[in-house]
Amino acid sequence: MRHILSMLVENESGALSRIAGLFSARGYNIESLTVAPTNDPSLSRMTLVTSGNDDIVEQIKKQLNKLIDVVKLADLSDGEHIEREMMLIKVRAAGPDREELKRLTEIFRAKIIDVTDASYVVELTGASKKLDAFISAVPEGLITEVVRSGATGIARGDKGLTL
Amino acid sequence: MQQPRLKAQAEVSPVQAHPPTAAAGATEQSAGPSGSSAALLSGAEITIQALIDEGVEFVFGYPGGAVLHIYDALFRRQDEIKHILVRHEQGATHAADGYARATGKCGVCLVTSGPGATNAVTGIATAYMDSIPMVVITGQVPTPVIGSDAFQEVDTVGITRPCVKHNFLVKDVNRLAETIRKAFFIAQSGRPGPVVVDVPKDITDPSIKVPYDYPRDLRIRSYNPARRGHLGQIRKAVEAMVAAKRPVFYTGGGAVLDDAAAPLTELVRALGFPITSTLMGLGAYPMTDPQFIGMLGMHGTYEANMAMHETDCLIAIGARFDDRVTGKIEHFCPHAEIIHVDVDPSSISKTVKVHIPIVGPVGSVVTDMLGILRGMGGRPDAEALAAWWAQVDAWRSIQCLRYDRESALIKPQLAVETLYQVTNGDLYLTSDVGQHQMFAAQFYPFDKPRRWINSGGLGTMGFGLPAAMGVQLAFPDAQVACISGEASILMCIQELATCKQYDLPIKVILLNNGYMGMVRQWQEFFYESRYAHSYVDALPDFVALADSFGHVGMRVERPGDLEAAMQEAFAMKDRLVFLDVVVDPTENVYPMIAAGKGQHEMHLPPTMSERELA
Ligand SMILES: Cc1ncc(C[n+]2csc(CCOP(=O)(O)OP(=O)(O)O)c2C)c(N)n1
Ligand SMILES: [Mg+2]
Repeated sequence: MRHILSMLVENESGALSRIAGLFSARGYNIESLTVAPTNDPSLSRMTLVTSGNDDIVEQIKKQLNKLIDVVKLADLSDGEHIEREMMLIKVRAAGPDREELKRLTEIFRAKIIDVTDASYVVELTGASKKLDAFISAVPEGLITEVVRSGATGIARGDKGLTL
Repeated sequence: MQQPRLKAQAEVSPVQAHPPTAAAGATEQSAGPSGSSAALLSGAEITIQALIDEGVEFVFGYPGGAVLHIYDALFRRQDEIKHILVRHEQGATHAADGYARATGKCGVCLVTSGPGATNAVTGIATAYMDSIPMVVITGQVPTPVIGSDAFQEVDTVGITRPCVKHNFLVKDVNRLAETIRKAFFIAQSGRPGPVVVDVPKDITDPSIKVPYDYPRDLRIRSYNPARRGHLGQIRKAVEAMVAAKRPVFYTGGGAVLDDAAAPLTELVRALGFPITSTLMGLGAYPMTDPQFIGMLGMHGTYEANMAMHETDCLIAIGARFDDRVTGKIEHFCPHAEIIHVDVDPSSISKTVKVHIPIVGPVGSVVTDMLGILRGMGGRPDAEALAAWWAQVDAWRSIQCLRYDRESALIKPQLAVETLYQVTNGDLYLTSDVGQHQMFAAQFYPFDKPRRWINSGGLGTMGFGLPAAMGVQLAFPDAQVACISGEASILMCIQELATCKQYDLPIKVILLNNGYMGMVRQWQEFFYESRYAHSYVDALPDFVALADSFGHVGMRVERPGDLEAAMQEAFAMKDRLVFLDVVVDPTENVYPMIAAGKGQHEMHLPPTMSERELA
């Protein structure tokens, strides 16, 4: 099963490589990993999407918690949560494809943010599945480039992942 | 001269360090910026002062460019902290490790950048696999040139990351003292382990002085090792133990590391259950006690492995279900309700699913178990236990460790038994890796913890001799021996020079079978006796070799001469004696569970017929 793990991590130079190293050393999957600063300059927020059976995910969480740089960890998949990922996608848009792609953008509530006579850059935000759906909806052969941020997420409700 | 154990201090929060002794000697006192009278010290001086404030007795090290400032600071404090100059950085790490295993204190190493650090990696990984508290200070090239492939630059933090509990690169001299304090705290608390502190040369610049104030209170917000087990879980475990019909204790290195021997022994005796131990846990429960049924696992006894296979209640204390213990997981303890006590939550249900997990320091959990057991006034089912013991004794009666005592060649087992007799069981025994290690574990019954010192997790050949140096330094008056093989001993043989320099009267008991015996055994069993490169051709004359290092070398070739030779060796109280024991080159270690086989599928000595097993 797919899990979204959200972590507060010490803003230390080695933290990212410790986490990445843990996954490669122990053979765990990383689907995506995003890191960025938070409102507290001493902490980074990391969102990691992984998959595995319950035992493996349990081990992953224990191993992450064991890292000295990991301050707090939550498995967003344990409860109601919101997941968002951003995608920038460059598509070939000439002739009849132009209209078709524009319509598609509207259906997905995406935005065209750059235009040439032969291309669009489309920006789309949503759960990772929605981004997947957009990619498969683009007609064969029109995709030039796909840039995805990796998933981030936050739990619903009034509680926050804080110290 | 024994320092109070830092570990105990690390368990109270906030952490208390030793009060900083006024930085004596080389540096003058001056007022710090805040008006408090903190000494002004350079990074090099801070490094040494911090070690002194930690109560460190010995630093095992080897100098080089990146640590020269630190060595200079050390030079001026030699009366307060003793530096042991090894002959290879691997030796430094194993010596610090042996010291830590024998004393329970933190081992400390100091090595230079680049090759100094890479040479230390094997010893760091060895300590990591066996959860040994150690702080390794590595020099690094100056911060401005880090990343430029400078002379003797290596990414030490990167290389050691997967084999340390934690590591630090110090980038600001003002944070050096605090970083060293953190390193000691992390290394010794929770599940212990090695911590590397990488110190660039400019950070130790003698001309840059900063206020030194060794932090007494320390909190690491992201690190909170368990201090007590959950009482509800402990009660559940005690209830399961009392209700069990075929219980067995299975203890590991955690019981030794947490100094849980006393409450463990009390609990096991109170319940009357059989107890087995991993290679790492030997001595936590007295091995000569009738309730002890031998080591378990790949070379464990028949009775221990069969008891594991048939038990209905397995009580795992500070053990981690290593593959050398479990064999094939599907066949592991198929009938058991499993209780698992460990300070590291990630050890629990890692390979084997457990039913009653208890996260906490094993000493405190076992003590709580005793309290609850006494409070309950419950007694185990005496009738069931008697029947279970009858079964265990039947397994025991086949004497799976039998060997040919009439052999004209010295059997390695006989050599270990003789060692036991000659030393009256009162010995610190370090080991290298191979058959000799297994024979020692099987035939030398340790009645105390911290006496059997070997590399279990990593299986590092070359560990034994330097580890024995650390032990002998910690206990100058104790009998210390290193059991080794002719292949293993050569991996750190240079340390004989260190032993000479510091007059360490270690006894090296070399079980010389002319082969990498353990490799030869696997080749005999699993590769139709094709002995690919397991024959150690061109061996040195070990007697002459010991002699050339200034030690006493002796050789013994006949079983009849063994006891006298060992007596003679141990009688030389102030000399290192290297005893080259020429043993049967073809002996194998039995019982043996082949890798990937079940616990109950043991190879027994060939002298035993199938009938005896029925
Ligand atoms: C550094 C290292 N290299 C290789 C091995 C693999 N290995 C395990 S036991 C062994 C043979 C040890 O031979 P010896 O020291 O003579 O001991 P014996 O088994 O003969 O008692 C080897 C090569 C190891 N454990 N460590
Ligand atoms: Mg050998």
